[in-house]
Amino acid sequence: MREITLSQAVNEALAEEMRRDETVFIIGEDVAEAGTPFKVLSGLVEEFGTARVVDTPIAEPGFMGIAVGAAMTGTRPVVDLMFGDFIYLIMDQLCNQAAKTHYMSGGKLSVPLVLRTNLGATRRSAAQHSQSLHALVAHIPGLKVALPSSAYEAKGLMKTAIRDDNPVVIFEDKLMYQDKAPVPEEEYLIPFGEANVLREGSDITLIGTSSMVQVCQKAAEILGSEGISAEVIDPRTIVPLDEETLLASARKTSRVIVVDEGHQSFGVTGEIASRINEKAFYHLDAPVLRMGAMDVPVPFSPALEDITVPTPESVVENARRLVHGEMIHAA
Amino acid sequence: MSRAKAKKSNVDDYLRMYRQMARIRAFEDNANQLYLSAKMPGLTHMYSGEEAVAVGICEALRVTDKITSTHRGHGHCVAKGAEFKEMFCELLGKEEGYCRGKGGSMHIADQSNGNLGANAIVGGSMGIATGSAFTAKLLGKDDVTVCFFGDGATAQGLWYEVMNMAALWKLPVIYACENNGYSEYTRTDEIAAGSIVARAEAFGIESHQVDGQDVLAVNALTEKLVARARKGEGPFFVELKTYRYHGHHVGDINRDYYRSKDEEKDWKENRDPIIRFRSWLVEQGIANEAEIDAMNAEIADDAKAAVDYALAAKYPDSTEVDMHVYTDVKHALARGDAR
Ligand SMILES: Cc1ncc(C[n+]2csc(CCOP(=O)(O)OP(=O)(O)O)c2C)c(N)n1
Ligand SMILES: [Mg+2]
Repeated sequence: MREITLSQAVNEALAEEMRRDETVFIIGEDVAEAGTPFKVLSGLVEEFGTARVVDTPIAEPGFMGIAVGAAMTGTRPVVDLMFGDFIYLIMDQLCNQAAKTHYMSGGKLSVPLVLRTNLGATRRSAAQHSQSLHALVAHIPGLKVALPSSAYEAKGLMKTAIRDDNPVVIFEDKLMYQDKAPVPEEEYLIPFGEANVLREGSDITLIGTSSMVQVCQKAAEILGSEGISAEVIDPRTIVPLDEETLLASARKTSRVIVVDEGHQSFGVTGEIASRINEKAFYHLDAPVLRMGAMDVPVPFSPALEDITVPTPESVVENARRLVHGEMIHAA
Repeated sequence: MSRAKAKKSNVDDYLRMYRQMARIRAFEDNANQLYLSAKMPGLTHMYSGEEAVAVGICEALRVTDKITSTHRGHGHCVAKGAEFKEMFCELLGKEEGYCRGKGGSMHIADQSNGNLGANAIVGGSMGIATGSAFTAKLLGKDDVTVCFFGDGATAQGLWYEVMNMAALWKLPVIYACENNGYSEYTRTDEIAAGSIVARAEAFGIESHQVDGQDVLAVNALTEKLVARARKGEGPFFVELKTYRYHGHHVGDINRDYYRSKDEEKDWKENRDPIIRFRSWLVEQGIANEAEIDAMNAEIADDAKAAVDYALAAKYPDSTEVDMHVYTDVKHALARGDAR
């Protein structure tokens, strides 16, 4: 199969959906001629014109609000938010307006929009350009949240998101834009709420999201060489969450580590861990372990930044301790 | 360096203005080199070309006056009195940086000189600057705050909210819009409807436009406005027409698609604030070419020494990672967290 970058995959998904459905449009800063600072959207304005690839002023709450209104009245906007960190600026439009409109209207109105943005540290971009804020929006009922972990997922999830009648937030890992993966030429969609088991194992389950899927894969390889058989699962969407697949794996291996790049406290790892505790407790041989980003703003200095995120080595270290029974009474 | 102002008939003031502009240019040339030679982590936004704005304004301020800065903030930082050594250390993420390496280029702050910090959120400091002016009024101080921001930032709603309050409450804040014609890869006229000046005027805020490549014009205007703001006659708005020589950030190298080489050349050759001021100094007999060359050489040496120092300086110890999260907790993380 051909291999393309995550960036190309997103670009293809958008182009295909815009060809299929003329109500789909893109709106955001420097999306047209510049194709975004990450060049993900290059070429789209040439094909679809500036009426459907709309450059905005630096006015995030404004264009987010316009997208919400446009979505309620017959279009399917894809809002481009240059950095996930800017989500704080649009919180009212996203969480008070988009997320609640369907419910508040008793099902009469809907907001079929996609917010595409990014997450991920270790790019030396400091505290306001490095955050992984998907837990914030996953907390709000009415929003769906997708976390693609490769070019393949990025394309399939984007196409599903655009066709979804709910507001969907997609966080791409900005460090992965140039990473290649096999992506079929033929059209495909990836349904929401279906986890992907990347590697089967029997001793421990590593659940990773987005950027942390690669970390879990590498950890599993190292563990394999030590005779520890690790299963690796990527939930792909955290809202909806494919509990069944996660629980089945937990029951099988009896040990679980959840790895996610958001801050560890009050985050995605805690949520998944507690669902497993609630529903698979008697199958567990060790507490479910959370591994998130350190609970500190992301520091600029490389000497500090690199230690704030989980690494294959730190996952391996914790997996060993779990498997060897050293953490039964931990934390 | 004291910000106390002597009359502009004082030769020292002119020479200091020149020196500060030349220092900013030298700082940026070195920062750019660090990036190009892959010695600097991340990326950065160059202030080169806009020196007369920061220097003209900051030379009208005292050390106790405050500024808020932007992602393109090295110029403001130098102009408000910062030292090369601590600045380069910060850019390289070293312990001796102004922010102990935690902030980097986009978050340099220098409290000792009244610089409340650069900001990586466009428009993110508009509230902070206005709040700083609020403090001055509440505490009965005559400090003035200057809020630097770009033309692109005028699209942020926050600005309109704080201008309204600043005008209602007569706060001692000067909103200084550095209009360099572009926000990222887009021309300002494509993203700004109507007149930017008229927007401030709509709140009853006295507004001015000035040639941001003319350090004397910028300084003369700012001196007047600062004096009046100290007496409670603020707020004010100033739009400074200027130009950035480099790309939006250091990596923005192929930019013909949004900005022509001819346009860049015209600004660099015909409107450079440093060249212009240098010829004025010579014309007025304030300094001769040899003296200015000597000053430039000294600045270049200073910059190089600071870069070398910063390259050799040490990184913060890893135990600093969870310090400074809270003011009253030395280390924020309970040890034993799985990670
Ligand atoms: C809220 C927010 N939106 C978008 C960005 C990305 N961004 C960084 S600088 C910039 C352009 C700013 O233009 P302007 O205010 O004119 O300042 P200049 O870069 O020209 O100095 C943009 C869009 C950001 N940092 N913050
Ligand atoms: Mg600008």
